[in-house]
Amino acid sequence: MTLGPHASFVVTSYALATAVVLILIAWIAIDYRRQKARLRELEASGVVRRSGRGGADI
Amino acid sequence: MTLIDLANPTRFLTLTARILPWLAAATAILLLVGLYQAAMAPDDYQQGSTVKIMFVHVPNAWLAMFVWGVMSLAALGTLVWRHPLADVAAKAAAPIGAAFTFLALVTGSLWGRPMWGTYWEWDARLTSVLIMFLMYLGLIALWRAVEDPSRAARAAAILTLVGALNLPIIKFSVDWWNTLHQPASVLRMGGPSLDRAFLIPLLVMAVAFSLLFVTLHLAAMRNEILRRRVRRLQMMQAGRRSA
Repeated sequence: MTLGPHASFVVTSYALATAVVLILIAWIAIDYRRQKARLRELEASGVVRRSGRGGADI
Repeated sequence: MTLIDLANPTRFLTLTARILPWLAAATAILLLVGLYQAAMAPDDYQQGSTVKIMFVHVPNAWLAMFVWGVMSLAALGTLVWRHPLADVAAKAAAPIGAAFTFLALVTGSLWGRPMWGTYWEWDARLTSVLIMFLMYLGLIALWRAVEDPSRAARAAAILTLVGALNLPIIKFSVDWWNTLHQPASVLRMGGPSLDRAFLIPLLVMAVAFSLLFVTLHLAAMRNEILRRRVRRLQMMQAGRRSA
């Protein structure tokens, strides 16, 4: 597969799309860990939801 | 499980935990297949290899509009039906939609330079998509500026519905005004005008990116539900301390 004289435009497009998608995935994964850690901290300090279930049990 | 069952955030989280790994796996497989087909697609007789940019540009452009459509439905859910997960869905979708719109703009620009001789032209299609991108950023800023999620939800829902007026303008801008952008070649009366060698990889990539959106959206909704639980518990904790 040769991309010819416009290879830089094609490669940059795919590289950028890959980077943005990876950043989105990482951001969502990090956010999930952060929220779970906060819930665990709150549960450890004795704060629980009205339903009686611990926040980290979700 | 009915839609009413999903109105319960805990049930939604249980369902999400069950289906997210499968969705992520299906997305990864379909993206790999789509990328392989895109790499193997022939060069266009006029555009040469730059036609390969279409396989990332078009799915992102479709999703940029589709995500706003999803947020508009969620806005109705917030304002009319007061569905408990509607504003969660809208808030979670906005950054993902902004990312797709950004990619549509930038990859379009990178495609435009070798084909049109310019990265940017202030014509109706490009400008209306840029306005949508700015509205995505405005929505994200609004969600961040208002601390109470229920107050932010109503304001964001109204802004989202106003922004939905831009969707037909984007779609039909290439028919209504003179523009450098080509008219629709897939979703058009009379069927797609693309050759199968380009159409099939494009459709596979479109389905792959759609699955990517569903996966990321469900994961972001899960995070938002957890964030609201954290906020509620922190308020309970603060209330205990002050009592």
